[in-house]
Amino acid sequence: MPSDSTLTCTTKGEWLELAPAGSWTTGRSAALEDSVAAAMPQVSTARKISVNMAGVRELDTLGAWLLERLVRRGPRKPEVQIIGLPDRYRGLLDQVKRVNLQSAEPPANKNKLLAIFESIGQSSFALSTEVITFLEMLAAVSFAIARLLSRPWHFRLISAVNHVYRVGWQSIPIMLLITFLIGCIIAQQGIFHFRKFGADAYVVDMVGILVLRELGVLIVAIMMAGRSGSAYTAELGSMKMREEIDALRMMGFDPVEVLILPRIVALIVALPILAFLGSMAALFGGGLVAWLYGDMNPEIFIARLREAVSVTHFEVGMIKAPFMALVIGVVACGEGLRVKGSAASLGLQTTNSVVKSIFLVIVLDGVFAIFFASIGM
Amino acid sequence: MISTHPDVVIRVRDLVVGFGDQVVLDQLSLDVLRGEVLGLVGASGGGKTVLLRAIIGLIPKRQGQIEVMGVDRDTASHEQIRALERRWGILFQQGALFSSLTVRENIQFPMRENLDLSQSTMDELANAKLEMVGLRSSDGMKFPAELSGGMTKRAALARALALDPEILFLDEPTSGLDPISAGEFDTLIKTLQQTLGFTVFMVTHDLYSLHVECDRIAVLADGKIVAIGPLDEVTESDHPWVNSYFQGKRARLLTRATN
Repeated sequence: MPSDSTLTCTTKGEWLELAPAGSWTTGRSAALEDSVAAAMPQVSTARKISVNMAGVRELDTLGAWLLERLVRRGPRKPEVQIIGLPDRYRGLLDQVKRVNLQSAEPPANKNKLLAIFESIGQSSFALSTEVITFLEMLAAVSFAIARLLSRPWHFRLISAVNHVYRVGWQSIPIMLLITFLIGCIIAQQGIFHFRKFGADAYVVDMVGILVLRELGVLIVAIMMAGRSGSAYTAELGSMKMREEIDALRMMGFDPVEVLILPRIVALIVALPILAFLGSMAALFGGGLVAWLYGDMNPEIFIARLREAVSVTHFEVGMIKAPFMALVIGVVACGEGLRVKGSAASLGLQTTNSVVKSIFLVIVLDGVFAIFFASIGM
Repeated sequence: MISTHPDVVIRVRDLVVGFGDQVVLDQLSLDVLRGEVLGLVGASGGGKTVLLRAIIGLIPKRQGQIEVMGVDRDTASHEQIRALERRWGILFQQGALFSSLTVRENIQFPMRENLDLSQSTMDELANAKLEMVGLRSSDGMKFPAELSGGMTKRAALARALALDPEILFLDEPTSGLDPISAGEFDTLIKTLQQTLGFTVFMVTHDLYSLHVECDRIAVLADGKIVAIGPLDEVTESDHPWVNSYFQGKRARLLTRATN
């Protein structure tokens, strides 16, 4: 084991002799830092410093730097002589003499009030970038569609079908399960509370209208944003990190046409189908609970449902689906292309993608609600 | 128990490493001496990186013994292995800098985990390492994604040197650099090696690196070390792969150029 690392300071006339001894290596970092700090007061008053290195058995960058720093902290330009230095450490001491010569610039001292304004300004700016990213991606997709209209055989049909399979077909089980459970819960809550004033039968109206107009498509869209939107962002982001997207562009392909459009088209195709299936599953769940928990015969449930809902309710729900799919796709792909080199950035953009697309889906739902109300649907 | 010569820092005996049916290293033995720069050459896909990764314990071995600074992973305790890992530094082929930390934080990462130092000393030490590998201390604020290839290698070297290792493992340190940067990097490693006195185990393809840097060269072919020694001795070897490697067109051009 290395012996103790010590630093002895003795005054010999006008010379202050520093005698480091033992092992001055990273292994003894804490002890070294302490003993150097302890010697500091004496060094800062000394005129002439002599460093006797004869007792040092091991020396590395840390030890050499601590000694160098100690000597530098002395009064301005002290006379320094180094004695007893083994040849093998000469290069190292010379090396550390050359480092850390420029003092690091001190962190700028900011006015607190200014800092607040600065952060407000930066977040507003960041918000505008978010909006611009969305609009840019929307524009890029529109242009790609416009170009494809003149030569439709360039559309990547196989890729789009593959994505429909991934985001549509493969997500059917989980979508059905979740919407089914939501339907069950709404029906159960409705029956439980409506029963107090004898209005059990109206639970059918509530389940039917709520599911067909709002919940079916909304739940499915939110699930899509979490399941498929995040996957799109991560895929495109890691392709961006590995310069695959640049390679594609340099080969004369348009990344929007090759990668992004098939993905967005797949979402636009899959989301309405899933929303339809999800709504049916929710109605089935509602009917099942009405039968088992509310003692309502399935025939009665279906008959009441036929009276309560019209095809308008169904249309209102389904019209929203492709628009929500477009928003999810555009946000997910736009965020994917914003990924920079680091792993943390990939995580950040994926989170952003999911949060933003869920937010926009809900906002869009609200906008549609106002629109349909004003045209009387 | 293997006899331990004081000057042998890495001792490999009858090492067998394979994946599935494929045997990559077959009964390989190798000694690396303290304070030397050993260059390991061999065909692409011949197992050079596998040997390096087996020595540092990233790839499990099938048979044989590996002893680094007297520590054999098979018999050592967890603490001994941890202590051993603090005494070596590794420069991975792609640098392997942590992308979410700045260069300075990358260098300080091993210090923070292993040493008991104040933040200001760590900052100064990190600056010292940066300047020693030829970067500016302002480069310390950058993220790895903002560095060029050469700077990435230098920053990764600074991180490998963070704890003043006794052995430095280099996996193709000059690959992907232009000849001038590669030459500078070779000189840098040699200078640091002389200053700090560590042992270098280097996997390389770069004939120039072998010429200027290495004290000894080991040639890996058919899963074994077929020749080892100073460059002139190895060149004399009559193994066919060694011959074609050192007598090939590129090698002859370089020898002519350096003479």
